[in-house]
Amino acid sequence: MIKTKINNVDVETPEGTSILWAARKAGFNIPTLCQHPDLVPGGQCGICVVEIEGVPGLKRSCMTPVGEGFTVRTHTQRVMTVRKQLVELILSNHDTDCLTCIKNNSCELQKLAATLGVDTLEYPKFEEKLPIDKTSVSIVRDPNKCILCGRCTQVCSDIQTVNALAINNRGCDTVITTAFDAGLGNSVCINCGQCVVHCPVGALYENSQIEQVWEALHDPDKFVVVQEAPAVRVMLGEEFGMPPGSLVSGKMHAALRRLNFDAVLDTNFAADLTIMEEGTELLSRLTSGKNLPLITSCSPGWIKFMETFYHDMIPHMSTAKSPQQMFGTLSKTYYAQQKGIPPEKIVSVSIMPCTAKKFECQRPEMNISGYQDVDYVLTTREIGRMMREAGIDLKEMPDEPADDIMGDYTGAGTIFGATGGVMEAAIRSAYFLVTGRELENLDVIPVRGLKGIKEAEIDIDGTKVKVAVAHSCGKARELMDKVAAQLEKDGKCEYQFIEVMACPGGCVGGGGQSWGSNMAKRARRGESLYEEDKLMPHRRSHENPSVQAVYEKFLGKPNSEKSHKLLHTHYYKRSTVDGKVLPENKISE
Amino acid sequence: MNRVRNHVLISIDAGTIMAGARAVEKALTEEIVRQGLSDEITVLETGSIGATGQGVIIVVYPEGVYYGNVTVQDIPQLVEEHLLKGRLVKRLLLSELPKQHVVTKEKTGLLKEQPRIVLRNSGIIDPENIDEYIAREGYEAIGKAFSLKPEGVIEEIKKSGLIGRGGAGFPTAMKWGFAHNAPGDQKYIICNADEGEPGTFKDRLILEGDPHKLIEGMIIAGYAIGATKGFIYIRGEYSLSIERLEKAIAQARQYELLGDNILESGFSFDLSVMKGAGAYVCGEETALIESLEGKRGHPRLKPPFPAIAGLWHKPTVVNNVETLANIPEIIWRGATWYRGYGTEKCPGTKVYTIIGNVATPGIIEAEMGTTLRDIIYEYAGGIKEGKKFKCALVGGAAGAFLGPDMLDVQMDFANLKEYAAVLGSGAILVMDEDADIVDMLQSVLHFFKHESCGHCVPCRLGTAQLVKVIDRIAASKGIKEDIEKLSNISDVMRDTSFCPLGQSLCLPISSALKYFHDEVYARIPL
Amino acid sequence: MAAENQCNCVQTQEEDLYPRLNEIIGEHKGKPEDLIMVLHKAQNLFGYLPKKVQEMVAEGLNMSINEVYGVITFYNFFSTVPQGKHSVKVCLGTACYVRGSQKVLEKTEKALGIKVGGTTDDRRYSLGVVRCIGACGLAPAMLVDEDVYGRVKTTNAMEIIEKYE
Repeated sequence: MIKTKINNVDVETPEGTSILWAARKAGFNIPTLCQHPDLVPGGQCGICVVEIEGVPGLKRSCMTPVGEGFTVRTHTQRVMTVRKQLVELILSNHDTDCLTCIKNNSCELQKLAATLGVDTLEYPKFEEKLPIDKTSVSIVRDPNKCILCGRCTQVCSDIQTVNALAINNRGCDTVITTAFDAGLGNSVCINCGQCVVHCPVGALYENSQIEQVWEALHDPDKFVVVQEAPAVRVMLGEEFGMPPGSLVSGKMHAALRRLNFDAVLDTNFAADLTIMEEGTELLSRLTSGKNLPLITSCSPGWIKFMETFYHDMIPHMSTAKSPQQMFGTLSKTYYAQQKGIPPEKIVSVSIMPCTAKKFECQRPEMNISGYQDVDYVLTTREIGRMMREAGIDLKEMPDEPADDIMGDYTGAGTIFGATGGVMEAAIRSAYFLVTGRELENLDVIPVRGLKGIKEAEIDIDGTKVKVAVAHSCGKARELMDKVAAQLEKDGKCEYQFIEVMACPGGCVGGGGQSWGSNMAKRARRGESLYEEDKLMPHRRSHENPSVQAVYEKFLGKPNSEKSHKLLHTHYYKRSTVDGKVLPENKISE
Repeated sequence: MNRVRNHVLISIDAGTIMAGARAVEKALTEEIVRQGLSDEITVLETGSIGATGQGVIIVVYPEGVYYGNVTVQDIPQLVEEHLLKGRLVKRLLLSELPKQHVVTKEKTGLLKEQPRIVLRNSGIIDPENIDEYIAREGYEAIGKAFSLKPEGVIEEIKKSGLIGRGGAGFPTAMKWGFAHNAPGDQKYIICNADEGEPGTFKDRLILEGDPHKLIEGMIIAGYAIGATKGFIYIRGEYSLSIERLEKAIAQARQYELLGDNILESGFSFDLSVMKGAGAYVCGEETALIESLEGKRGHPRLKPPFPAIAGLWHKPTVVNNVETLANIPEIIWRGATWYRGYGTEKCPGTKVYTIIGNVATPGIIEAEMGTTLRDIIYEYAGGIKEGKKFKCALVGGAAGAFLGPDMLDVQMDFANLKEYAAVLGSGAILVMDEDADIVDMLQSVLHFFKHESCGHCVPCRLGTAQLVKVIDRIAASKGIKEDIEKLSNISDVMRDTSFCPLGQSLCLPISSALKYFHDEVYARIPL
Repeated sequence: MAAENQCNCVQTQEEDLYPRLNEIIGEHKGKPEDLIMVLHKAQNLFGYLPKKVQEMVAEGLNMSINEVYGVITFYNFFSTVPQGKHSVKVCLGTACYVRGSQKVLEKTEKALGIKVGGTTDDRRYSLGVVRCIGACGLAPAMLVDEDVYGRVKTTNAMEIIEKYE
């Protein structure tokens, strides 16, 4: 332990702790801007500088470790003057139209300027405006708001290993852009939105579809159905000031009903359905021994990542659509038929913790119902904004269930929102599908939690199934490299089943979550999903009565011809330069 | 203000006059007129340069190249090849170093002897011939180094008191010691030859004039720290330097001075040349390392210092060309000899590039501790056209402006620090009474805006705002507060910039305002 | 480098250069640390770094395209626009700047109708700046191809440039 004196407060911290964290322990919140708790500090902004007695100059507290006997001062006159001037410098090159900014009231720069009492703009503005990048269906990038803190590039290159966004040019011409400044929509961007959730200002945000959804809701001719992803029920509360991880399933259904959605259904229903399809697929591959390991396909960020960087893995991918897309297809086929509503009148909206889902729903192959299966995707943030706009306070809502035939769900469906959840849900049902008996201990602890790559071995009546779970594309890359090496060596891989989620923490850490998120909040949300799972009367997907009904009345059985046609999809090889589908390849139909 | 590109000295003494110096001088002057070079090239007479039996002797500056036995018939070729095209006329090169060097002899008759340690061979030997280097005791020092243990080499350098010539003023032996003691199976020595200071070309003189000296210095450095691999990171524009270095490395390999088991010492070492791609910030050692790894040249946070975790996170020493060129001399002649030059705190010599309004711009080597007055008035022939000295920007673009009160300060790393100035890269830009300080500052600030890497807020936006302010002042559109703004921004940059590039910009600004506040103020409309 | 390109009086078709580029990349396969070296060689070959070259380098060295692009846009040396037959460079080093080279540059930009880093539509001239070419005595200096011109004025800059066909 290292003893440090910070503003006359003695504090002991482990060796290597930064002065910033030591100061927090001592009760001093040193202001920061570029620093983010989940990332390695880059030292771009300089706001967090402090004075250390006997050390010349000011030191960045985020990257300076404590030293034995340091006497640190965090708010001397010099430090305070410099901080203010740095903020003024940043503002001289920042589009300060705060009132109309998406981040108004949740902007870290705005908050910092207020905290430091910046009341004049000392330096003249740089007038040049750069074009806003609207090429992506998922993410908008406004370079005029960007403060070059480097969080987005770090998350894109180091955590996701996508390298869509990078720092280009030099000096005051430095910009964060895609290669050739071609725009996110013409890049290898996988739309995961991790850049968006790490951005401290309004430089990155989702391509909003709020307007289209309001229009549909206001149109008396339309029948608007809504589905909500598993993770949304543990993050929507934060939009209304509730503690991170608050479980609001019932309130969420009630609030959506009050927004005038015609049917409030649930993605969790489709998650259970996915388990039936994917579990059956797993069994058939285990039996045939072909194309193992089977790899999950729920995460659209992961899908594009795989199509771009690991398209040799296409034969290993589950052909099952993601829950969102299964739901979309069924909303315009099964639901329309059962409820007697013409499918052309149905507008299918989904609420997602995700920005990549916006891309997924617009993939050209996602229209097997004869219409675009899912019309609009809103992030958790967008639906929060709509509710606030309509004067609905989620906190005050009663608990209401979802509507029938596509609203029931089990505990297995709900844990889809956390890393390892799909795997755990699949194991619960696969055991039954193979043995005809129910798995007794439903909690598959080794696949839970935030470890980057998790492994487990499941004994299904003497057959050992080795599984692996990866979250974040960086970890997925690591795992895929290992799998590819094993396959190349002797055509075999130690794993039979792999779950991959593009975002750290799984969907609870998705690009559509509330601003100001971090790993601690993601962990809290994940835990809440497992709590809901425990409370559910049914905890295995195959026990979902609505799922049983859809097979009885409509699909036949899992992996039937009709299921295949409606609920399964195929993948494309993509270019590592612009992320576009390469000519010549329709691999797995 | 008439500035010349080359000064050609013709040695006029009894011996050379006998050999036909007057006729050669006449032919030279006429040929220069004929080629239309009379505005750019000045022919000066000089006294004896201490070489006898070499016929007519001509010295070309700033390169410092010596030609001997020159005849009237040689003049057209000499003018065409060297003065027009910048190529050496090898067959005329003087093979032996004159005992006493005369840099210049103005009409005033001032003479200054120039001690040569670093530039001992530059301009004297054929740099493309390793034998000529060897003939001048070249590569003797590695033999001596191998007879000492690596610790012994470091000890000798420590005794010599050698300070790194890159600008930071750090003792070389200490840097080597850190890397030597750092654990690691692989270590590296890097030569920083990314000479990017505007108006500086002293390293080029070493690279092109005496490449083997650098190679020898690197072998010794590698031996001392335990590096088997060295890199020379060289400015991309220096194509001749690159060519010469590559030739020299090939020759050294041929002579088994590079490669496995050098001189059967058991020590193996090899060198590669890496071409830079044009970024001033890559002169900063961690940015240079990033660039060497094939990345954008963004500086890294220190600590860890490169000596602990540098190239590929292995212990690495980055030394400047001039530092490394000192090494063979120190090892061969000993620390005590070396300490005979320079000052107590900073022994040895310093190579300066002196440009601007002086009579003889060029490159000089002077003892540490030489005053600015001596450098300007005795080495560089004083201010051009007899004008008055206004100030000199010393230490490169991020150096300090030194006014007349600083003329008699002994210049070395330690002493200049006392006066809030730096020796830096040894660039001296002299300004006479007619020079405009605002113009000068404007040029410096534009340079930094262009060369800021963009990583940190204070440097990226600070340089951009400084340019806005100085442009306004230069256009006589400034306001009173602008002067304060210049110091405010540069103070913030000093305190919070990520690397020395941004931190050091306060020097030219504060020193310019110290001496010439009124002159800057006068540009502000009332 | 520039001279090499000029010697080929008939402009070599870019397509013909790709096999040579592949050879160069082959020597550095899978070595991202060699990026700058490879880019130097590629620019020597093509005179600039077209998009396709950047893509091939990225793939060959096993790097992302954005890392390659980021390095190219960081260093002064690399250009992503085709170079004209003649390169015109105005020195903005301290000595030249003080003696008005910025004005020479502005005038030249206007006269050629391109900005620094650009190439005229007829690919006759590329315009660039240099920071000190060691001709401080001749300030302001301008470089056309390998030829140094001293004491250039706004009034005679174009005259000099137009001599280069």
